[in-house]
Amino acid sequence: MTALDAPAAAGAAVRPPRFESARRFARAFLRRRSGIAGLAVLAAFTVLALVAPLFIGPDQLDVTRVNGPLLASPSAHYPLGTDQAGRSVLLMLIYGSRESLRVGVIATLLTLVIGSGIGIVAGHYGGLVGRLLMHLTDWFIALPGMPLAISLAAVLGQGETSITIAIAVTSWTGTARLIRAQTLAVEARPFVERARALGAGHGQIMQRQVLPNVMPLILVSSTLTIAGAMLSEATLTFLGLGDPTSVTWGEMLNQAFFNGAFTADAWWYILPPGLAILLVVLGFTLVGRAVETVLDPRMQERP
Amino acid sequence: MTVSSVAPGADGVGADAVEAEPVPPPGPGPATAAGRRAPRLPWPGYLGTKLVGAVVSFFVVLVIGFVLFNLMPADPVRTMTRGRPVSPEQMAQLRVQLGLNRPVWARFLSYLNDTVHGNLGYSWQYQQSVGSLVMSRLGPTLLLMGTSFLISVVLGLWLGMRSGWRAGSLFDRLTSGTALALWSVPTFWLGMILLIVFSVGIGPVSGILPAGGMSDPTLSQTGMVHYLDVARHLILPAVTLVLVAYAQYVTIMRSSIIEQLGSPYLLTARAKGLSDAAVRRKHAAPNALLPSMTMIFMQLGLLVSGAVTVETVYSWPGLGYLTYEALKIPDLPLLQGTFIVFSASVIIMNLLADLLYRVLDPRVRAT
Amino acid sequence: MIGIETGAGPGAGGTEAQAGTTLLDVRDLRVTYRQGSREVPAVRGVSFSLGRGDTLGVAGESGSGKSTMALSLLRLAGAGAEVSGEVRYDGEDLLTARWVKLRAVRWAGASVVFQGAMSALNPVRNVLDQIVEPIVLHQQAGPREAERRAARLLESVGIPARRTRAYPHEFSGGQRQRVMIAMALACDPDLVIADEPTTALDVMVQAQILGLLAELVRESRVAVIMISHDLAVLSHACDRLAVMYAGRFVETGPSRQVIEDPRHPYTRALAQAFPTIGDPASRLAPSGLAGDPPRPSQIGEGCSFAPRCAVVMDSCRGRDPELWQVDPERTAACLRVLSEEGAA
Repeated sequence: MTALDAPAAAGAAVRPPRFESARRFARAFLRRRSGIAGLAVLAAFTVLALVAPLFIGPDQLDVTRVNGPLLASPSAHYPLGTDQAGRSVLLMLIYGSRESLRVGVIATLLTLVIGSGIGIVAGHYGGLVGRLLMHLTDWFIALPGMPLAISLAAVLGQGETSITIAIAVTSWTGTARLIRAQTLAVEARPFVERARALGAGHGQIMQRQVLPNVMPLILVSSTLTIAGAMLSEATLTFLGLGDPTSVTWGEMLNQAFFNGAFTADAWWYILPPGLAILLVVLGFTLVGRAVETVLDPRMQERP
Repeated sequence: MTVSSVAPGADGVGADAVEAEPVPPPGPGPATAAGRRAPRLPWPGYLGTKLVGAVVSFFVVLVIGFVLFNLMPADPVRTMTRGRPVSPEQMAQLRVQLGLNRPVWARFLSYLNDTVHGNLGYSWQYQQSVGSLVMSRLGPTLLLMGTSFLISVVLGLWLGMRSGWRAGSLFDRLTSGTALALWSVPTFWLGMILLIVFSVGIGPVSGILPAGGMSDPTLSQTGMVHYLDVARHLILPAVTLVLVAYAQYVTIMRSSIIEQLGSPYLLTARAKGLSDAAVRRKHAAPNALLPSMTMIFMQLGLLVSGAVTVETVYSWPGLGYLTYEALKIPDLPLLQGTFIVFSASVIIMNLLADLLYRVLDPRVRAT
Repeated sequence: MIGIETGAGPGAGGTEAQAGTTLLDVRDLRVTYRQGSREVPAVRGVSFSLGRGDTLGVAGESGSGKSTMALSLLRLAGAGAEVSGEVRYDGEDLLTARWVKLRAVRWAGASVVFQGAMSALNPVRNVLDQIVEPIVLHQQAGPREAERRAARLLESVGIPARRTRAYPHEFSGGQRQRVMIAMALACDPDLVIADEPTTALDVMVQAQILGLLAELVRESRVAVIMISHDLAVLSHACDRLAVMYAGRFVETGPSRQVIEDPRHPYTRALAQAFPTIGDPASRLAPSGLAGDPPRPSQIGEGCSFAPRCAVVMDSCRGRDPELWQVDPERTAACLRVLSEEGAA
């Protein structure tokens, strides 16, 4: 308990300026209309994903239990028509946001953990370890991500776990580079020097000094990472690497494409999932770019 | 006053004096454009460094490939024989055949030896050597990716240059907005939409372009007819890839041009009486283009990703479609083959980009 | 007193005194930058005229608006700048001239030697190319002939023929500035605007470049406007001086007289600060002068120099002085000058 007191007190001392900068950040962000639009889209989809189980049950999504018309065009009862098994496309679309967002978020978290871990270690240990890690990052960046992700997911077997891992393994490089640069900047600051002089070990410095200071950047990069992760998730699922029984946007498109939605001209089955992916990815991208612009003074005054 | 310590028009204008001039101390500002870059190496050294880098990258690819396809699958034999009636004796025999009973390092060495000699294994699905399969699919992929790459680079750079030059204008906002939206579109879905609109047709209007494949088997497979037929089949996949990929180049070129906007040499060009368009074309563009070159080739990975899904959607008989067919089974040797070939080609392209940059940019070109 | 005040309109600079016809006539030039909704005045009413072969030095601290003033003569001050007044070049007002006409005057009529020639030269094109470009553009010669002329020009500034195809980064700072000068003379202009031509160079090279510039000017009878913060540099290179402060000329006159007998307290401070050419101290603010020049956005009532002035009077804060004729060749914008003259 007493050990925790000291850092907590130190945190309290620096809190006012932090809140101030947070407020300034919020004000600057609110001035960017595209960022607001992105945030609104994301909020809408998040709410939808959270409340979906309240009105959508397995009865409406289980292929064996539904009894709607097959590949029927939109009607009053099925606003977006039905799929090849007779399920309502609208309900699948709403329910699909859960899985799609979840895989995107988890894959992003994993990406950030790997990326910032390698970035901080590479930045902290300047010598051989740092150089090796940086070279590793460069090699990975040069690799085409999709074939690697496909191979990895294929080897691990179908399902969202493999997809999540495949995404994280192929997309941590950008975060690692960013965080390494930031770590180098943070370690050059006097308070790290002071901590080192006071005898703080490597682990302590990385955990107590570097991590809190690169955290904001990690969070910012997460919005752009998540956009890429959701696109990758949709792609891998579409290619058949997802769990065929789950309802996700990528899975919907997979079934639409490989189960004859084309010959039936079932545009209502093909259009909505793609638009949903587009909107969410665009939402994350817009928010990410707005945050980036607000934080980077060099980018200010530029649209 | 002591102002006249040096008379105006003092001597020392001769060529000798010029040669003796000391280089001004490095300061902030002017010299940074060249100073920022890596120290200049002579050509052989540069070439050597880059070649070693590429070889090491390829080695890493091989290691990853080995781990992925030879160590990670718990039991390749089980994966291989999934869904077929096989006795335990047969499986044990298969294991010996595949060399699975040997130690890891021995397996890695023979794997290295095989791969370097172009022996990529044997496809379970096609009952054919992966090497020959991959080679037969390389042509269509190169055609599709080359075409899309060229078009998207030219289109993207041109749009990026125009919109960066007038950053904030309506044109810029439209271009950047469209690029951003298209970047957010899942490639395969865009392909499906184009397929519906232009091939299947909407309602009573039937489509005008072929739905898939690379040529019509009912037509002659040689001569002009064949080329036109292939071109017709190429349109939709290429357009899809271009639409997804060009946005990257818009972004790269746009920010590169914006970085140049305040440069004093542009003011000089304007002061010379050049028109705005000439200043952009003759002065801003070359300077913005050079640093973007490496970035442009770095984005090739994205095009590869796009190729996998686009080839799948349009059943284009290339490496991407082969990858899809391999992962359906999953046919691990085949998957490994496509993975290695895709990675190798991206490494080679990056190497070429580095060398090209060196040739083109006078600031890093050795004198 | 009132009589003198009314007599001091724009153009009281009296710089027309030189022989020869008027080449450039600037009347009440004002440049305002827009920063969001605010308007920031960078140049606040500058008038002067220049005959063929005249040399005018414009001195002032950084931020005084001297570069902006010089660049806006050719409408080069940037898109965010609003320029008003009149800039008559050979009788034509360049501020209202059509683009085609303006572009024809640029370089062929009036060229610019920029400061820091590393960045003012295009880094990815060789120097010969960059000199050939304006010659061909203004149709003074075909590509072949232009190349010969460019090589001659480079040789005349001391760049040997074998180095004409080299790129800017392969030259030293002084050599780049020589290239810049050769480039400025490429189209035989009537006017060269030299914007801090020696700023980034070390002392020896500064002297060489100034000497070169002066020599070429004498030979070709080209008019020069030279911008610098270094009074000593200017007094060597130019016949007349104008001292600029907060967007205005505060004193004008023949170089020697301005240096040796400054009438404006600001000029006095500047003259004390730069005892010799190329003194390292010239990079710093005038030593005898406390404080910073006012930001263009914060210029208030009264004399803009009043807050830093050693001999400030109460009346200075209430009244914005204009340029008054001190003697036939000189003007100064200081109430003290006015009171002395009035007393005399």
